[in-house]
Amino acid sequence: MLDVKSLRKSYGKVVAVDGVSLRAGAGETIGLLGPNGAGKTTTVSMIAGLFPPDSGEVLIDGSPLRGDTDPVKRKIGLVPQNVALYDELPAIDNLTFLGALYDLRGAPLKRAIGDALDLVGLADRAKDKVGTFSGGMKRRINLAAALLHDPQILLLDEPTVGVDPQSRNAIFDNLETLKKRGKTLVYTTHYMEEAERLCDRIVIIDHGQVIANDTLHGLHRMLPVTNVLAIELEAVDGFKSDALRALPEVESVELREGNLRVGLHDLTTGAPVVLRWMADNGYAYQHLTSERPDLETVFLTLTGRSLRDS
Amino acid sequence: MIPFWALVRKDLKLFFNDRRAVIVGLVVPILLASFFGYLFGGQGTREISRMQVLAIDQDASAISKGVIAQLAGDPHLEVKASTPEEARELVRKGKAVAAIVIPNGFGTAAGHALFAGGEKPEIGVLYDPSHAIEMAMVQGILTGAVMQAVSKEMFSGQSGREIVQESRERIEKNSTMPEAQRKSLSDMLNSVQKWNEMQAQAPPGAGGRSEGGLAIPFQTHEEAITANTGEQYNSYAHAFGGMGIQFILFMGLDVGVRLLLLRQTGLWQRLRAAPLSRSVLLGSRATSAALISGFILFVLFSFARWVFGVRIQGSFVGFLGVCAAFSLMTAAFGLMIAAFGKTVEATRGYSVMATLLMVMLGGSWVPAQFFPPWLQTATKVVPTRWAMDGLDGMTWRGLGLSAAYGPIGVLLLFTVLFGVLAVMSFRWEAES
Repeated sequence: MLDVKSLRKSYGKVVAVDGVSLRAGAGETIGLLGPNGAGKTTTVSMIAGLFPPDSGEVLIDGSPLRGDTDPVKRKIGLVPQNVALYDELPAIDNLTFLGALYDLRGAPLKRAIGDALDLVGLADRAKDKVGTFSGGMKRRINLAAALLHDPQILLLDEPTVGVDPQSRNAIFDNLETLKKRGKTLVYTTHYMEEAERLCDRIVIIDHGQVIANDTLHGLHRMLPVTNVLAIELEAVDGFKSDALRALPEVESVELREGNLRVGLHDLTTGAPVVLRWMADNGYAYQHLTSERPDLETVFLTLTGRSLRDS
Repeated sequence: MIPFWALVRKDLKLFFNDRRAVIVGLVVPILLASFFGYLFGGQGTREISRMQVLAIDQDASAISKGVIAQLAGDPHLEVKASTPEEARELVRKGKAVAAIVIPNGFGTAAGHALFAGGEKPEIGVLYDPSHAIEMAMVQGILTGAVMQAVSKEMFSGQSGREIVQESRERIEKNSTMPEAQRKSLSDMLNSVQKWNEMQAQAPPGAGGRSEGGLAIPFQTHEEAITANTGEQYNSYAHAFGGMGIQFILFMGLDVGVRLLLLRQTGLWQRLRAAPLSRSVLLGSRATSAALISGFILFVLFSFARWVFGVRIQGSFVGFLGVCAAFSLMTAAFGLMIAAFGKTVEATRGYSVMATLLMVMLGGSWVPAQFFPPWLQTATKVVPTRWAMDGLDGMTWRGLGLSAAYGPIGVLLLFTVLFGVLAVMSFRWEAES
């Protein structure tokens, strides 16, 4: 449904987006993950048709996006990073105005507004000015505004910035509902936990380039370590780290103040081997957990830099 | 057309929802126009404001008293007696336009100077330099008053008879004057002396007694040339036009600034994501600005008509045409501000300056006819000058439709110029 091919955009000598490609089908959520300035917003802007790429193309259902008035734009809904509504107008006036931009009027417009407000749970605040809304409510009405023309593809540019956890969960619920309805979601964020919760595929962008594009499981598989066994030892004297590291199932061993962290390629085959080796060598332990590396680790592994510090 | 009118309707809603915008756009120009209209003469029925003039009579002669009486009788002056010290202080403080000092011996010296070519006495005039125009008027009135007072005394007063007698004796003793001239002058003074004696013998109030002296031998009949004969000039017409132009330009400036703000809020992205052409996006903005401009002019002139009796005495179609052309020009001006503006703060600063310059040079504050000739010519490159000329022409000057063609044409040319510059310079991608 959405096919982005080798998008490139530069401003003077600065290359903002450099050959970004991605695909997303109906009911699929794609996460664009990257630090600030990575090129996520520029990519989303080109997909939304805000401006053309220097090269490459955006295909919606196989049709290229061309020009300001291309009807293909009706298949796209954009949720901008900022709350893009008029504070001084009531919510319903904002939605009426934005719906009319897509030629909606009369009963279909009223129905679309009602549906959108119901989805985000703000039907009872329709007549209130947006300026009186809390931050979370503004974010939800910002989402509703992009749904009026029933787009097939929803572009969400960091839609939860500055939102309290309760409102964030409400937005996630809304997005999961939309996903169930078969909408394609493109979700930009620099919050790993959001991408992990919502996205079927994650595209990691850095310095305008795609450095990874896979499912969450696939990204984990790119790492040398897919799981870590964290073991709290009863005693550390004489612990044979080198012998443990020599096991073929073990990738890494780190012992710090009684806490042993063993990196494994495969938890299913590796964990029994490690635990048997511990028992065979007489090492007792008080606590044992298994941890999965998160996207922060993925980004760190791929770029050598922390995502939040980039 | 649904998106176009939705954009226009939204702008109108935002304008009328914003109480500050409505006050600034309507109430403030009405207040200022009412004030300026009153200052510049109102509806032409207001009593003349009299100039404060101080008189210091150090001579206390019949002539000096006559001069002061003449001045006091003038409807343009309010004359008060004073001392030199007090007069200097009051003029310095701006409490009086001028002070007239008649020195000791003025009456006698003036009489001799009139007939015998004696040395002319001086009248001291202290004046406030900020009232140079009024000063010229005071000098004119003073000249007339002195001529009348001196001649009256010379031809009918006791001191006049004495001075004429003295003048006759001086002329007879003057050996440098040619004989023929001396004889002619003596004959004239003899006649004056006889006239004086006859006047002295005539009983007061009798028909044969002259009380006047020499007076300026004409008076003017003044007629303000407005739309119709006998119609008073209504300065509210110009004031409301001028203030309307000023505040509509400020509204145009606001259009530009709001467009810049739109970019910052992300609303611009939302508009660009919709399948709308650039002409719809900018054209709707221009249309709403033009409609608001037209509305402001309508309210201002309705108020002026209702309260101050301002009428469209020329072509009504021409008036509408000038209003429409100026409204379009303002809309294009607003778009140009948005196109060239970088940040909201900087844009607001330089566009306020540009607006005030246009208002000032266009004659919105002070009518352009008060400008020096070179400035009147130079300001023809300023669109507001044409708007003012057009509105003046169609209101109090009462000109026909043909007189509106020039202003309408020039304003539309400026609309095209500003519009083209705006479209060419508009940064469509800057918000990424």
